[in-house]
Amino acid sequence: MHPAFSVIFLTTLIGAGQGLFLALYTGQLYALAHLLPEQDPDFYALGSVLALALLAGGLLASFFHLGRPERAWRAASRWRTSWLSREVIVLPIVMACVFAYGLAHGLGWTDPLITIRDTLPLDATLILGALGTLGTFALFVCTAMIYAHVRFLEEWHSPLTVANFTFLGIASGFMLAAAYSAYRGDQLVAFFGTWAVVATLLGMASRLASLARNRRLKPKSTVQTAIGVRHQVIEQLTQGFTGGSFNTREFFHHEAPGTLAAVRWFYLVLVFPLPVALIGIAYVIESPTLPIAAFLIQYLGLIGERWSFFAEARHPQNLYYQRIA
Amino acid sequence: MTQYALVIDLNVCVGCQACVTSCKQWNTSGWAGPLVDQNPYDEEPSGTFFNRVQTFEVGTFPDTETVHFPKSCLHCEEPPCVPVCPTGASYKRADNGVVLVDYDKCIGCKYCSWACPYGVREVDAQQRVMKKCTLCIERITDGSLPERERKPACVLACPTSARLFGDVHDPASEVSVAIREQGGYPLMPEWGTKPSNHYLPRRKTRRHLDPDEIIRVDNPLRKEDLTTYTDEETLDDVTW
Ligand code: SF4
Ligand code: SF4
Repeated sequence: MHPAFSVIFLTTLIGAGQGLFLALYTGQLYALAHLLPEQDPDFYALGSVLALALLAGGLLASFFHLGRPERAWRAASRWRTSWLSREVIVLPIVMACVFAYGLAHGLGWTDPLITIRDTLPLDATLILGALGTLGTFALFVCTAMIYAHVRFLEEWHSPLTVANFTFLGIASGFMLAAAYSAYRGDQLVAFFGTWAVVATLLGMASRLASLARNRRLKPKSTVQTAIGVRHQVIEQLTQGFTGGSFNTREFFHHEAPGTLAAVRWFYLVLVFPLPVALIGIAYVIESPTLPIAAFLIQYLGLIGERWSFFAEARHPQNLYYQRIA
Repeated sequence: MTQYALVIDLNVCVGCQACVTSCKQWNTSGWAGPLVDQNPYDEEPSGTFFNRVQTFEVGTFPDTETVHFPKSCLHCEEPPCVPVCPTGASYKRADNGVVLVDYDKCIGCKYCSWACPYGVREVDAQQRVMKKCTLCIERITDGSLPERERKPACVLACPTSARLFGDVHDPASEVSVAIREQGGYPLMPEWGTKPSNHYLPRRKTRRHLDPDEIIRVDNPLRKEDLTTYTDEETLDDVTW
């Protein structure tokens, strides 16, 4: 498939935004359980602004993918059957939750609304955060299912796609939370950094598993089934036209095999070992800048990862577009 | 229930591209606006087409066979392109099974084209919406046309009648009979999309000649002929 930068930025930016929101809320829950020091409201409010900015950036990028962005609202209508439609609905809901969550913190709506069993004071931020968490996971599933649902792209048609999108989104979000804490100079770098490393390792396991799976894939369709002729040797003489068409642009990456391999190594290094090492070093030398570098490097790697995700998917329609006479 | 479809006879198609050009001509001049081209007479031409005729070579030289292979939307009975559409712009008509795109609703997200294994959906680069074969929906449903013209433009244009059009759900229709009796098959059956369009396979054309087809046993001139021949030419040996 042709890797479109609109979709690459959409999926990586919202992934990081969702992960950052989860990180903030996890931090709040830990603080509630007195496992972490309390943070001032600013921490959550500004963090939510950052998460919201990433989500909005992703949404903006998605518009560049559409031929008719002015009609984008129509895309909410087929949520019964289309994962794309579901994503279009869930993304604004998540954005609204993150916005409300940040606002509640910013305005200090932290008086408990009810207290459960006299021990758990439930305030607006906790409820909004829980809703946002539900929405965030739903969004990971919707985004990934857009790809995992297309059975013709066998490289994508696997639960591993959902695992990858979720783990890698969470990893980059926690990385960003660590960078954010390091920048503010508070005590949460080690906490977020640890979770970022855990998520990165989980993401590495699922991404390597999907790479191994893809290597063994045998395409279901062949040129024999494509034209229905039973013969071992069939070759296209002409696709029927000399110039390009949508079919020769959208479904081919037009890159050398070497480029694909290079990008694969690029992201395998930048997404997994490098940020983990940087976070580890940052922990030892208490560096305030290394976590920021770790996030930026991992994000850059994720762009490569998503590029590769598209480029390595082989569409059966390509069987029909092999040769110009 | 009606399911309109094409049946394409690969044994007859000569790859003349008449269906491609007639399709383009008809559908670029119609109610839905042009099928736009970019640089049509220049370097790197590109454009929107509903129908392509491709050519494949089967076998190894010198034992090869050339197969001309016209391809357009197959109007699948289980179209995977329809449920994925987020806007409902892609739909399958309930009354005649034709799969269509509502150009006024389509947002050009291209998701349906990913979900079609046959590569027959094309984004129109100028109108920025998804387009595909409509089976000339405005012709085949137009009661004011005489019956024999109520067919897609490509079918009318084909000089060898390699393209048949009709209702594949009607067991008595020309297309159903052709599929049944001439081994009609769907493309990529492994995906369960149940394409409505079918292809008729190549067939070996072998001519068997009986001796009595060459020499007329009932030659009336010979019947009462009592002459004894001694190798000279007779009327039977003359090429007419
Ligand atoms: S051939 Fe492709 S576009 Fe046409 S109905 Fe089937 S899946 Fe949809
Ligand atoms: S490109 Fe148009 S028809 Fe295709 S899925 Fe998107 S909105 Fe539907």
